[in-house]
Order: sequence, then structure tokens, then C-alpha cells
Amino acid sequence: MTAQTTTRSIAPTTAREMTGAEMVVRALVDQGVDTLFGYPGGAVLPIYDALFNDNETHGERLRHILVRHEQGATHAAEGYARSTGKPGVVLVTSGPGATNAITGIVDALMDSIPMVVFTGQVPTHLIGTDAFQEADTVGITRACTKHNYLVKDVADLPRIIHEAFHIATTGRPGPVLIDIPKDVQFSTATYQGPDEVAFSHGYAPRTKGDSGKIAEAVRLIAKARRPVFYTGGGVINAGPAASAALRTLAAMTGAPVTSTLMGLGAFPAADPAWLGMLGMHGTYEANHAMHDCDVMICVGARFDDRVTGRLDAFSPNSKKIHIDIDASSINKNVRVDIGIVGDARSVLDDMIEAWKAEGLEANRTALDDWWRQIDAWRAVQCLRYTPSTTAIKPQQAIERLYALTRDRDTYITTEVGQHQMWAAQFYRFQEPNRWMTSGGLGTMGYGMPAAVGVQLAHPGSLVIDIAGEASIQMCIQELSTAVQYGLPIKIFILNNEWMGMVRQWQQLLHGERYSQSYSESLPDFVKLAEAYGAVGIRCSDPAELDAKIMEMIDSPHPVIFDCRVEKLENCLPMIPSGKAHNEMILPEGGDDIGKVIDEAGRRLV
Amino acid sequence: MKPGAGWFKGGDMTTAPNPASAYDMSHEDVVENLATFALLVDNEAGVLHRVVGLFAARGYNIDSLTVAETDRRSHTSRITIVTRGAPHVLEQIEAQLSKVVSVRRVHDVTRDPNGIERELALVKVRGTGTDRVEALRVSDIFRAKVIDTTSESFVFEITGAPSKIDSFVELMRPLGLVELSRTGVLSIERGAEGM
Ligand SMILES: Cc1ncc(C[n+]2csc(CCOP(=O)(O)OP(=O)(O)O)c2C)c(N)n1
Ligand SMILES: [Mg+2]
Repeated sequence: MTAQTTTRSIAPTTAREMTGAEMVVRALVDQGVDTLFGYPGGAVLPIYDALFNDNETHGERLRHILVRHEQGATHAAEGYARSTGKPGVVLVTSGPGATNAITGIVDALMDSIPMVVFTGQVPTHLIGTDAFQEADTVGITRACTKHNYLVKDVADLPRIIHEAFHIATTGRPGPVLIDIPKDVQFSTATYQGPDEVAFSHGYAPRTKGDSGKIAEAVRLIAKARRPVFYTGGGVINAGPAASAALRTLAAMTGAPVTSTLMGLGAFPAADPAWLGMLGMHGTYEANHAMHDCDVMICVGARFDDRVTGRLDAFSPNSKKIHIDIDASSINKNVRVDIGIVGDARSVLDDMIEAWKAEGLEANRTALDDWWRQIDAWRAVQCLRYTPSTTAIKPQQAIERLYALTRDRDTYITTEVGQHQMWAAQFYRFQEPNRWMTSGGLGTMGYGMPAAVGVQLAHPGSLVIDIAGEASIQMCIQELSTAVQYGLPIKIFILNNEWMGMVRQWQQLLHGERYSQSYSESLPDFVKLAEAYGAVGIRCSDPAELDAKIMEMIDSPHPVIFDCRVEKLENCLPMIPSGKAHNEMILPEGGDDIGKVIDEAGRRLV
Repeated sequence: MKPGAGWFKGGDMTTAPNPASAYDMSHEDVVENLATFALLVDNEAGVLHRVVGLFAARGYNIDSLTVAETDRRSHTSRITIVTRGAPHVLEQIEAQLSKVVSVRRVHDVTRDPNGIERELALVKVRGTGTDRVEALRVSDIFRAKVIDTTSESFVFEITGAPSKIDSFVELMRPLGLVELSRTGVLSIERGAEGM
């Protein structure tokens, strides 16, 4: 470092005149950011310089985590955000840095994850000239961010950054991107703190639900004979208090609770009112309860096609209440009877108050019948599988992993595929923010970088990425990040040598023509772990499973666990495409599943 | 304006109330209504793209679109967009537009009894003899202005509700209609209150 740059950085922190690059660092500190995921390059070097100087002066109050690929930075930021409720922050360079970050940005948009992404841009006077590493980043990301900015004047930068954090974290959370040309990073202006800037837009999300509709909703629930709560990621996003309110309201109303993939953990799996996950690979009892209910209370979920199955047969005889912070989610896929726009926590709290104020009572006799019906569905035991003494069943691997980690402070991330669904079915979440998975976009490669983000936010906790052998190779390079920062994440691969979910669909829908879904050449995952400086463990014997899982948990290092499982196991139960909630394939039908789906269903995704 | 992706007419992309599957939503034919939305937006680079991109990405139609800055001091522009769809699609369009951070207000002009819609068109007609006389006579009835004349052509300027312009154009067609340029719909509310 030259003396000159050092001198500049030790100017008193109250100094208001600073460069754009210094503003970025200062604004992040003022926003309470402690961790930044990034990768340097020409167009962001001034910001990296400012970061260096800030670290010299103030110590590491803003920790930069150097990833190995910008996609990793975005997923790590997602993991950090989802496990803490705070926004994830990303810093990447122009051109390829920005384009590599796109997958994680779209992922965050689909799953409503608060994220602020800073991209460098070529100097203002070169924009539009096809300059080196120029990409139209704001153009490319307009459709995949909640909002984005190209900063043209350094004087606007403080306002834009504070505005970006506000937009990313309020309303329906999402990614916001700020593209900063290099000359703007060098020029100087007056910095303003979060409380000093005046926002320039009319953005004002509604958080408080309409009290008239809330009163109407609780009366409808009190009259219900077969109510069900269908909850989603919105409850998690609304913070732990929203999960607490959900538990209270469910207890008051006596209604069972199911949840989407994104909502797992908001309601404890140990509670007798828990039905398990719903949807395509949801439980028999959850999907039948959805189909047969008379009042559905949807909280922070969006009637996604993986959840509803066949729309014209979706819960045909129910009155539907939909609580969502995003007005455009209401009546989008399914018409509802009462739509309440608001924050899940605020609306659930208001519902509890309204229930008490009106002195409402649930119809216990009707509920007893409803619960008897639910118990009959539960008796089907839709998640049963046949254990084996010679091969590890993937379901068994997750069950054992759960049994051996349940008493610890554990966070689970996943990749995408069968293993993800088995994790959702067999790992029993009791708390919100413990489960990080790519739901809306279904991004293979999400889990390991997400685990890096989670482990950074929760250094003392046990963080496990439940992975597939195909998915893990999509962002395997982040193992190097984990090793560099001493993050003892555990990568638990259900290695079936197949892109199992693809193979299952080919079996089901494409006449068992297994086109390109077998991995002919897999790396030796134990050696791969060792090559990165991590620990590798392999297990293929059911008898050794527990001991090896314990060895993984007890290791203070990052571990790749190559769990060799039964190769052709199918993930069941399943609502085939184009079918209704009460037309599930159950485990015993597993042998001729190729005949269950009709021609129309085959054309669906 | 150059027709961009937003001009894609997804005629078959209309949504039935509860179609058999999310993937069937594009194939049902249901009654479509026209709707005019007036938007106040932040006048910043890319804002038109945000609006037009939303229509393209979600398969909504754009029948016409007008945009211009309307308040320099508060950096706002007004976009008037004419679209069509089943009632619940129009509801969805309004909700989606309201969600865009740069969009300050969305007003459904069609559903507002006080909404006024006007359009301007320039119409070139070529002809001689009785056709020429007839064109001039019709233009008089429609209170169109002649803004250019040659011995064998006129350019008319006409303003009015879009349906009035449609009728005028239909009458001009057999009289030698050569070219038509329309602004798209503008709108405002009757009475003293602003948007
Ligand atoms: C980036 C990306 N590419 C392709 C897919 C499609 N896809 C979904 S699951 C899957 C197979 C995953 O295989 P593996 O990771 O081994 O998991 P398994 O299903 O075997 O548990 C594929 C290719 C995807 N979801 N994401
Ligand atoms: Mg696999």
C-alpha cells in the first residue's frame, strides 16, 4: 500500500466528503452489514481499495468473503440472509462478474430473499461502446431484480444505497442491484447516512392487513368444520415472531398445518397438528387435507404449480383465505374468497386479537371428525420405505442424519433433486430459518455456497448441505472458500450415480429411456475433498452409517461425506403432473409408475 | 417508438379462471375486455422498459402505449397503456404494475366513469374526382383538420375517442387511404382533482 492511500483512509470518519468507493463501504457499515460476498475485477478495484483501507483503519468491521465464482457469492448471500433474516450483500465486477451472478439473483427473486448486489461498470463515457468487460447489467437484470440502479452521479450514491437496502428488505423481499461505473467510484461528493437521505420513489409496501377482512376471516375459520393452514416462505420472511403467531393461531383454531417447501420450520414438525409438506412430493395427509378442507388459510404462500397440482381440481369445495404481502399474489393462480394484503406477522397477530375480541370458539365436534379423517390418511404411512441390510436407502440416510443431529444447533441446506425432496420429507424442522433450499428456481449448485453463508453467520453451529452427486459439482469450487475461512460445513452427498430426479421422470414419463441422466464418470469424492484440504468420508454399508455420520459431525473441518445409496430409489409419494391432490402415487405402486401419467400430463413440466 | 418485445400480441395467452393446470392457462379462450391504464412513473432511464418488459414477460397484450414526461420538477412521466384481457387478468396487470418500484400510481381509466380517453391520428388519403370531394366532406363531419394538401392527396389531423378514429379510418379506406399514424390513447379524469 502506498502512503497516500493510507493517509486518505485515516481521515476522521466524520468527514463527509469522500469518493464513491468510500461511500459504498461507509454505507454498508451504516446499514449494519458485517459480511460481504464478492470477487474482484477491474471495474470494482476502487471499492476493493476502499475496503482495504477501511480494514486497516477500523479492523475487520466489514468482512469480505472471497468466493471462487460469482454464482457462489450470490448463493452464499442467500444462505446468510435466509438463516439470519438480514440482507445478503454481494460485490462483483462488471461484465462476466455480473453475468455469473445472475443465477443467484433470479434465485433470490423467486424465493423472496433480501439481497443487495453491487456490480462494477465501465466508466460512464465508455458505456455503450462495447468496452472491455462491458455488459448492459441493468438491462439484463431489470427482469430479475426487485429494483435496480445505474449510478450516473456520485452525489446520488448514498441515497441509492440506502434506498436499495430499504427496498430489498421491506415488503416482499428481493434482490436489488446497484451498477456503479468506475469513474463514479473515483469521484467525490458528500456522504449522507441512512437517516439523512430522502427516498426518491413512491415505494410504500402495505404491512397492516384490512381489519374488516381480518374479522371476516376469523369468523369463517371459527365456523369451519375442516380447516387447514397452508403456510409458506412468507411466514419465515416475516421473522420468528410470525412463526410464533402461527403456532398460537393454529392452537386456538385447532386446525392442522401444512407448508410449502419454503415454509418448513415455521411450524414445528413435532407438533401433533403438523401434516408434513404439501405438493408434488408432499404427504398423503397434507394433500388430502388440502383437497377436502372447507376453509383454507393460506399464509405467505403463492399457490405455485408444484403445490396446487391440477388447478381445476384444486381444493374444490373450500373457502379460501389468502394472506400475502404481495397484492399481485392474491388471485393470481387461484381465486380466493378473502384476500388480505399485509405482513404475515402483523396479520396473524391481528387475527389472534380479533379471535379473542369476538370471543370465537372452534367447532370442536366437527374438528374431532376432521382429525379422525386425518388420522386415517396418516395411517396410509405415505413415506414408508423398505430398509435393506445391503444398501443404504436414501430415506434412511436422512432419517439417521436427523436422529444424530436433532439435539444440536443444526442448519440444513440442499441442492436440487430427489435428495432435496427426501430432506424435506425426512428431516424434521422445529424452528424457522433452519432450512435453506432453492424452491422457486430449483437451482442445482445452491446448497454448498448457501452453507458457506450460513456457517459464516452461525460460526458455532452445525451446517449441513444435503446434496446429490450431480448437483454438488455445479458449485464444487466453493469448497475452497470453506477451507480458506475455516468453515466446517458438512456436505452430505446422497450418491446414487444418477441425476435421480431426472431418471425418475424418465422412468415415469419417457418410457424408461434414460437419456443423459447417468453420470458415467464421477470424481472420487474422498480424494476430491482431500485435494481441497477438506476431509473425505465414504460409506456404503448401512451398518456403518451411524458411526460415519458421527465422525462427520465431530470433525472440526469441512467434510464431504460420500454416502453411497440405493441407485434406483424413487422419490414418493408423488402427485404426477396434471393430476389432483387426491390422485397421488404411493410407495407400493412404485413398480409400474410408468403407466400412471397420461399423454396430457407428459407434456407438463 | 420502435415496436419492442412488448408489442408481442399474446392473443392466445389469456387466462381462464381456474384452468386444469398452470400450463393450460394459455390455451383457454375467454371473454376479453379492453382496459386503459394511466401510470405515473419516475422519469428515469429504463422505466419504459420495466413496464413494457413486464407485459412481455407475463404475456399480456399491449394495444397501444404512449409516454412522455409530464412534470419536470418532480421527475414524473405519464404512461397510458391500452391492454386487453379477462377481468382477472386485468386485475393481475394492475397489481403487477403497482408492484414496480418506479411506478407511483396506477389508474384504471376504463373502470372510472369520469375517465376521458382521446387519441390523435394523422391520415393520408390519395384520390381525385368524387373520392376527393367525399373525403373532404367526411373530414368536415368528423371535424378533422386538413394539414397538408397536394392536387391528389390530403393529410388529415383528427382527434377523438379511439372509436371515432376507427370510424373515420374505415370511411377513408375506400376513398384512397394511404397511410395512418396514431398516437395511441391519452387519458385524464373529468373534474378538478388530479391523479
Ligand atoms: C442448474 C440446473 N440444471 C438442471 C436442473 C434440472 N435437474 C433437476 S434435478 C436434476 C438432477 C439432480 O441430480 P443429483 O444432484 O444427483 O440429485 P438426485 O436427484 O440424484 O438426488 C436436474 C438435472 C436444475 N434443477 N438445475
Ligand atoms: Mg444423484
